[in-house]
Amino acid sequence: MRRWDVVVVGAGPAGIAAACGAAESGARVLVLDDNPAAGGQIWRNDAAQPWLERFAESGAELRTGCVATDTLPEARSYVLATGARELFVPFPGWTLPGAFGLGGMQALVKSGLEVAGKRVVVAGSGPLLLAVASLLRKRGAAVAAVVEQAGRTAMAEFGVRLLMEPEKLGQGAGLMMSLWGVPFYTGSWVESAMGRGRVERVRMRCGGRVVEQDCDAVAVGYGLLPNTELAALLGCHLAEGTVVVDEWQETSVDGVYAAGEVTGIGGVEKSLVEGEIAGLAAAGLQGQAQRLFAKRAKTHSFADGLARAFAPRAELRKLAQTDTLVCRCEDVTRGALEGMKSWREAKLQTRCGMGPCQGRVCGGATRFLFGWGADSMRPPVFPVKVESLIETRQS
Amino acid sequence: MLGDPGMSRRSADVVVVGGGIVGAACAYECAAGGLSVMVIEESVVGGGATAAGMGHIVVMDDSEAQFQLTSLSEKMWNERVGAMPAGVEHLPCGTLWVAADEEEMAEVRRKQAFYEARGVPVEVLDRRQLEEAEPHLRKDMAGGLLVPGDSVVYPPVAVSWMLRECGATVVSGLGVITLRDGGVTLSDGEVIQAGVVVNAAGAKAVRLTPGIPVAPRKGHLVITDRYPGFVRHQLIELGYLKSAHSSSGDSVAFNAQPRKTGQVLIGSSRQYGVEHSGVDRPILSRMLRRAAEYMPEITGLTAIRTWTGFRAATPDKLPLIGPVPGTQREWLATGHEGLGITTSLGTGRLLADQILKRTPPIPVEPYLPGRCMHE
Amino acid sequence: MNRRVTVIVDGRPLQVDVGTTVAAALWNAGVTAFRHSVTGEERAPLCGMGICFECRVTIDGVEHCRSCQTLCADGMQVKTS
Repeated sequence: MRRWDVVVVGAGPAGIAAACGAAESGARVLVLDDNPAAGGQIWRNDAAQPWLERFAESGAELRTGCVATDTLPEARSYVLATGARELFVPFPGWTLPGAFGLGGMQALVKSGLEVAGKRVVVAGSGPLLLAVASLLRKRGAAVAAVVEQAGRTAMAEFGVRLLMEPEKLGQGAGLMMSLWGVPFYTGSWVESAMGRGRVERVRMRCGGRVVEQDCDAVAVGYGLLPNTELAALLGCHLAEGTVVVDEWQETSVDGVYAAGEVTGIGGVEKSLVEGEIAGLAAAGLQGQAQRLFAKRAKTHSFADGLARAFAPRAELRKLAQTDTLVCRCEDVTRGALEGMKSWREAKLQTRCGMGPCQGRVCGGATRFLFGWGADSMRPPVFPVKVESLIETRQS
Repeated sequence: MLGDPGMSRRSADVVVVGGGIVGAACAYECAAGGLSVMVIEESVVGGGATAAGMGHIVVMDDSEAQFQLTSLSEKMWNERVGAMPAGVEHLPCGTLWVAADEEEMAEVRRKQAFYEARGVPVEVLDRRQLEEAEPHLRKDMAGGLLVPGDSVVYPPVAVSWMLRECGATVVSGLGVITLRDGGVTLSDGEVIQAGVVVNAAGAKAVRLTPGIPVAPRKGHLVITDRYPGFVRHQLIELGYLKSAHSSSGDSVAFNAQPRKTGQVLIGSSRQYGVEHSGVDRPILSRMLRRAAEYMPEITGLTAIRTWTGFRAATPDKLPLIGPVPGTQREWLATGHEGLGITTSLGTGRLLADQILKRTPPIPVEPYLPGRCMHE
Repeated sequence: MNRRVTVIVDGRPLQVDVGTTVAAALWNAGVTAFRHSVTGEERAPLCGMGICFECRVTIDGVEHCRSCQTLCADGMQVKTS
């Protein structure tokens, strides 16, 4: 007999909501996550989060530190809640120690990285900027500047949308208040980072002007990209870098559901409601799932606004110079990639994307820089010990 | 040699179908002989079996003809590799044939005699010497045969180098729909006239030249993260011969290779009658279990990628190099099975010599399609 | 007060709070070269969430471990490279 009714991959908001939805109705639910604890990136080390408490009571079993492969434990249905990673846009100096991702900085600080008394420049795009700047300040860092690439107009339009969702506007205003006194540049970006052996200074392009800023670290991220690798390997249909799902959050593969950032970047509310729908539908509770459709529609409209307001600008494509590394695993420069016609050709001829990150960093970067599409997916979906390729199925 | 000069069609003395290592080597040798060459690749050059294989340059002793072609080819690689870019990752690591027991040691001595009789330097290793040469092999192996002249390369970069150097016109991203005596029709409808058409489409060659005795033989490989020194030579179990020789049924063999990057490439598997290109979990598992029998610690390494490829296998283990019987201008350069990287250069040479009516360095008869095809 | 554990980083004992990842512990201790890239550049964490593999170190003898996905444990041996 099968041990599990529903296996959920990913213990971020979408996975947790899916697990709760399914397990609370009596389904036997297993949740797998690569991280040391549940919560995903947003609730990393956030023990007070009510959803995590609810999850702990739900009866779902959690396995952490566990790399999900395509040989998932047997179950009636699966929910893929594999979340997202950051879009990294290469710039000179981005490989220096002390140049972190934006979400990367957030994750590291939440897992114990100390920033008290450090000067940090926070740059990139999207709502995460303010959240990270606020977190850093709370932990005692001196946020030297917040640098948003989106222009004031796009931001303002997004602000108007927020007016229709007072709850989110409140959050935004709260964040702004917590950052009182921090220079906030819009239509601006970090051009390069410099330093001996680590980041000591950044050069920023702020509305046509070049501003240099001494700092101990810089956090840069240009939004999120769905982690679609596992879905692709399982044969789920993808479109525009996201997993395609129907109204029940079911993918093109029978019994495989997807929820959260993996179906399109939209933030925690979208992840939660999609997760709940997916979990309920996966457990056969379509009636209950259907009651959440209206709520989901609202989050989708927010997600569309987000994507429009913070779409990375074309100028960012010019940051990487000929000698700037694009692939950090194999140290492949932009210059080596010029003249390649596709991701496949670049992989074959330059080793770009052939290292252990399997193209998770440079794949997104080259899609942004050169418009290349993705290659077909092969196991392992994530680097694993050879021994785990020998066992054919986990239980 | 060309067709109607009044037409504004593209044409070349030699049109090579397939931009893998064999196609590139044929293009290189033909161009060196003064012919104009066009290469048609339906996907990306060097991206098929060329990228999927191990990139092992090896002298083989399966038959006299196989020895002659691999030996000629290895010499050509050694002459040419110095001019190739660093991305070819040439690693002169040698081949170490591993004997698990005394029965396989007898095979070591047979091979030793074969190679020495033909002037190929080899060295027989006893149990202790083998342990010293490859500390991660299981300790109870009987010994091995080291062939120090063999090496390892990364073939896709060799392909792009040869195509660039020889000045061939490369048409990529378009398939060939029909191939006939003297020309090809591309998937966009363009007809290209050719003095000679060379079908170098590997395991897919049979789609364009029906009736050739070439069958796809699927293989799997796994590559690890970087562990410099974990494996020092191209390692092959001598049981490999038994499995490589069985012409039906699935088989696996221990095969481990050091890459210049420090990565370890682990093989190998052979399957007939499999069409789908996806990774086949049970056979991958068997293959790795076999590797673990020889190198127990290999299971602790991190695997970063697995993939598959299709070798173009022939019944007598020799490639088809020469004209299709009954035609003048339709030629074959396929059927290289698991030795395509090694034998590509020799193949190009023998093909160009035949087209240009030069005297080849070794007899071409064992490789002529006519040996196993009739008009 | 938080419970503390001791990890050994390149032979040097380091006391950290329970729940700290190896990546955070190393950076807090002033380590900026977690590993060297294939062309010899010094590298430190980027993504913080197990994606980029920049923060790889050797943990208890196992090479290529992602320090950002590993919690410090008492007596853990960490080696940068």
